[in-house]
Amino acid sequence: MTPLVTITGLDKSFPGVQALKKASFELLPGEVHALMGENGAGKSTLMKILAGIYQKDAGTIRVDGASVDIPSPRAAQDLGISIIHQELNLMNDLTAAQNIFIGREPKRTLGLMLDEDALNRDAAAIFARMNLKLDPRREVGELTVAMQQMVEIAKALSFRSKVLIMDEPTAALNNAETMELFRIIRQLKAEGVGIVYISHKMDELKEISDRVTVMRDGAYVGTLPTASTTMDTIISMMVGRSLTETKEAIPDSIGNDVVLEVRNLRRGHAIQDVSFSLRKGEILGFAGLMGAGRTEVARAIFGADPLDGGEIMVRGSTVAIRSPRDAVRLGIGYLSEDRKRFGLATGMDVATNIVMPCLRRFLSLGMFLKSREIRDTARSYIARLKIKTPSDSQEVRLLSGGNQQKIVIAKWLTRDCEILFFDEPTRGIDVGAKNEIYKLLNTLAAQGRAIVMISSELPEILRMSHRIAVMCEGRLTGILPGEGTTQEDIMRLATQRHSTTATGSTTSAAARELTQ
Amino acid sequence: MTTIAQQTALAAGKATVFSPGAWQKILAFASLVVLMTVFSIASENFLQPDNIIGILQATAVNGVLAVAATFVIITGGIDLSVGTLMTFCAVIAGVFLTYWGLPMPVGIMAAIAAGALAGSVSGVLIAKMKIPPFIATLGMMMLLKGLALVISGTRPIYFNDTPNFPVISQESLIGEILPFLPIPNGVLILFVVAVASSIVLTRTALGRYTFALGSNEEAVRLSGVNTDFWKIIVYTVSGAICGIAGLIIASRLNSAQPALGQGYELDAIAAVVIGGTSLSGGRGTILGTIIGALIISVLTNGLRILSVAQEWQTVVTGIIIILAVYADILRRKS
Repeated sequence: MTPLVTITGLDKSFPGVQALKKASFELLPGEVHALMGENGAGKSTLMKILAGIYQKDAGTIRVDGASVDIPSPRAAQDLGISIIHQELNLMNDLTAAQNIFIGREPKRTLGLMLDEDALNRDAAAIFARMNLKLDPRREVGELTVAMQQMVEIAKALSFRSKVLIMDEPTAALNNAETMELFRIIRQLKAEGVGIVYISHKMDELKEISDRVTVMRDGAYVGTLPTASTTMDTIISMMVGRSLTETKEAIPDSIGNDVVLEVRNLRRGHAIQDVSFSLRKGEILGFAGLMGAGRTEVARAIFGADPLDGGEIMVRGSTVAIRSPRDAVRLGIGYLSEDRKRFGLATGMDVATNIVMPCLRRFLSLGMFLKSREIRDTARSYIARLKIKTPSDSQEVRLLSGGNQQKIVIAKWLTRDCEILFFDEPTRGIDVGAKNEIYKLLNTLAAQGRAIVMISSELPEILRMSHRIAVMCEGRLTGILPGEGTTQEDIMRLATQRHSTTATGSTTSAAARELTQ
Repeated sequence: MTTIAQQTALAAGKATVFSPGAWQKILAFASLVVLMTVFSIASENFLQPDNIIGILQATAVNGVLAVAATFVIITGGIDLSVGTLMTFCAVIAGVFLTYWGLPMPVGIMAAIAAGALAGSVSGVLIAKMKIPPFIATLGMMMLLKGLALVISGTRPIYFNDTPNFPVISQESLIGEILPFLPIPNGVLILFVVAVASSIVLTRTALGRYTFALGSNEEAVRLSGVNTDFWKIIVYTVSGAICGIAGLIIASRLNSAQPALGQGYELDAIAAVVIGGTSLSGGRGTILGTIIGALIISVLTNGLRILSVAQEWQTVVTGIIIILAVYADILRRKS
C-alpha cells in the first residue's frame, strides 16, 4: 500500500530554536496515526509544514508517492490535506456556515453573487452527517468553545480531504462530544481518509489510534503499533527519562500560615463559586482545559476584573481588591500568560523592565532616575535568577523566552510580593529553560512565598504542584494531592461538565477505569 | 439527509432574530428621528421641502465618501485619504474634459479609474509592503493633495466647456418623472452607490472577505484565501467610490477645486462610526453609515437654522461621535 504521506529528513528552525531536526513521519490510507511528544517536541511544527503554514528548511515530503512542495495552505488543500488547529482559527463575526466555506463560497448569478442558501444547506448537511444540532446561520462568536471546535471539524470535513490533521481536537470537548468525534473519525477512516491525531490524552490514543509516532526535541524517536504498546513505553520514549526522577519531595506546609483564602468567588459564567486556600511555601497547581476559568480566577483576585461576589482574605483579614494596585499593595503579584502583551515593555532594556513596578524607589527629588541604583538592582537580579543577557542595557525583545520570563519574575520580586500567580509560566519556553524556571519556582516556595501556578501542561502540573486544583467551566471541580495523582485523575475533573455529569460522563469514566 | 438538515436549521434559527448589530442601528436611527423631531419643533423652516432637499444634497458627498470608508474600516483598516482622493479625481475629470476637451463619459470613467488606481496603490502599500493603514493613507492623503495642486496649477478648473456636467449632481432625474419628488441626481447617486455597496458587502465574495479580514485575518489566510489580493481589491473599490464622490462635488461646484478635500475624511469616518461600524473591524453596515451621514447633515443644518455658530456645530458633532462610540462600548459590556 502506498503511504498517503511520507516525510523524511525534515529540518526547520525559527530564530533561536531548531524546531525540527531530521524529522520523519508516515501516514497510510485509512489509519489513525497518533503523533506524540512533550510540548515543544515539534509535533505542531511538523504538521504545520505539512499543511503549508510553515515552509521547510530541508527534507522531502511525498504525497501518494510523489515528491511535493507545499508553499501555502491553499496548496495543501489542493493536495487533499486539511488541518484542524489547536488554537481555534475562526472568524467570530461570521456565521458557522460562512466560516466553513470561507474562500470556497458557492456562487450564482454569473458567478458574482454568493449563494447563501446553498451555503447554509451544505453546512447543514455536514452538521447532519456529524449528528450535530447547530444552526449554520449562528454567529461563531456566540457559540461555546466546544461548538466552535465542532465548526472547525466541520470545516475540515467539508474539504473531503484524504489527509486530516487534528491538533488536540478534544482539548475543549466533554466525553459525549469526544465520543461523537471518534464516531466521525471512524467513519472517515472507513472511507480511506488518513488521520494524524495529536493529543496528550493517553486513553484517547489507545482507543482511537492504530499507530503512534513519538517525537522528542524536534527529532523522530520511533513508530509503534498502538495496540501492542504500553503507555509506559510511549511515555519513556517521549521524555527520554523517567518522569518520577524530576519531582522534588513535597515539603510539609500543613503547619504554615494560610496567606490567601478565597471563598465563594463568583462572576457570571466565568467563575462559579470558587473557594480555595493557599499556604506559605506552597505551590498550588491550577489545572483545567482551555477556557475553564483559571486565568479569570487569577485576574479577579488580582483586581484586574470585577467580581459579582465572594470573599478574599489575605493573611487572615478580609480585603477589598478593586484594582491591581490594591493587589500589589497587599503583596499579590500576577505573571500573565502573555508576557509580550502584558508583562514586559519588550522594546526597553532589561534594567528598566526590572525596576518598572517600583520606579518610585529609584527616584531622587521624586523626579530624577537614580541610574546607578537601578543598574545595581538589575544586576543583582540578573545574577540571582541567572538571566542570560549580555548586559543590563540589552533590549528585552532580543532575549529568549525563558530569560524574558525570568525578567517578569524579577519585576515582581523587586516588589517583595509574597503571593505570586504564575499563569502558564513556561509557555513558549524551550525544555532547558523550563527546568530553570521550575527550579526557581521551587526556590521561591522554599523561601516562604506562596505560589499559584496555572498550567495547561499536565506533566508540569504533576511535577511542580504540592496540591492540584482542577477547574471546569468556571467551577472548581476538585483539589487533588500533589503526590499519587495521575493525568487521568486530573482529566476526569477537568471534563466534569455540569450538563453531562449525570449521564454520559459517569459511564464513560467508569469504562475508562476498567480499561486502565 | 437534506430534510433533517433543514429541520435542524429551522429549529435553531429562531434564536438569531436580533443580530448583535441591530441594537446600535436602532439607536442611530432613533437618534436621527429624535434630532429631526427636536429641530422641527424648534423651527418651522426645518421640515420645508427645500430644506429637506438641501439636507439630502449636503449628505450626498459625505455619504458616498463614508460608504467608501466603510469598506476599509470593516477590514479593520482606516483610510485618511478619501477626502483628498475625491479632490484628486475631480481634478482628473477637469483635465480630461476641460484641458483635453474629451467627451463627458470619458471624463467620468477617468475620474473613477483614477480613484481605483490610487486606492489600489494604498492597498499595495498596506497589504504587500505591510505599512500600517493609518500611515500609508496619511501619506497618500498628502501625496494626492499635492498632486491635485500640481496638476491644476493650484487654480480651479471650470467645466464651462461641458454644459451637461452640472447635470450629474444638480438636476433631478426623478423629478422629471415624478414632479412632486425633485430629488437631486447627487442624492440618487448616493442611493445607488449605497444599495450597490450593500449588495457587494452582504452578497458577494468580496463582501464576505471584507468582513472576514476584519474579523480574523490570520484565520482567513490559513483557510487558503489570498488575503493580500482581497485587501488590495477592497482599497481599490473604496478608491473608485471616492472617484464618484469627486464627480458629485465637481458637478455641484461646476469646477474642480484643488485646495478642497482635506477634512472630508474625518466627516466620513465620523459617519461610519456613528452608524455603528466597529473601528476594530469585522462588523458594520452601509445602512448604518448612511444614517450616520444623515445625522451629521441634520445636525449641521438644524443648528444653522437655529442660528448656532458654526464653531458650536463642530463641538456638538464631536460630542455625538464620543457618545456613539460609548454607547457601542456599553452594549458590548452587557
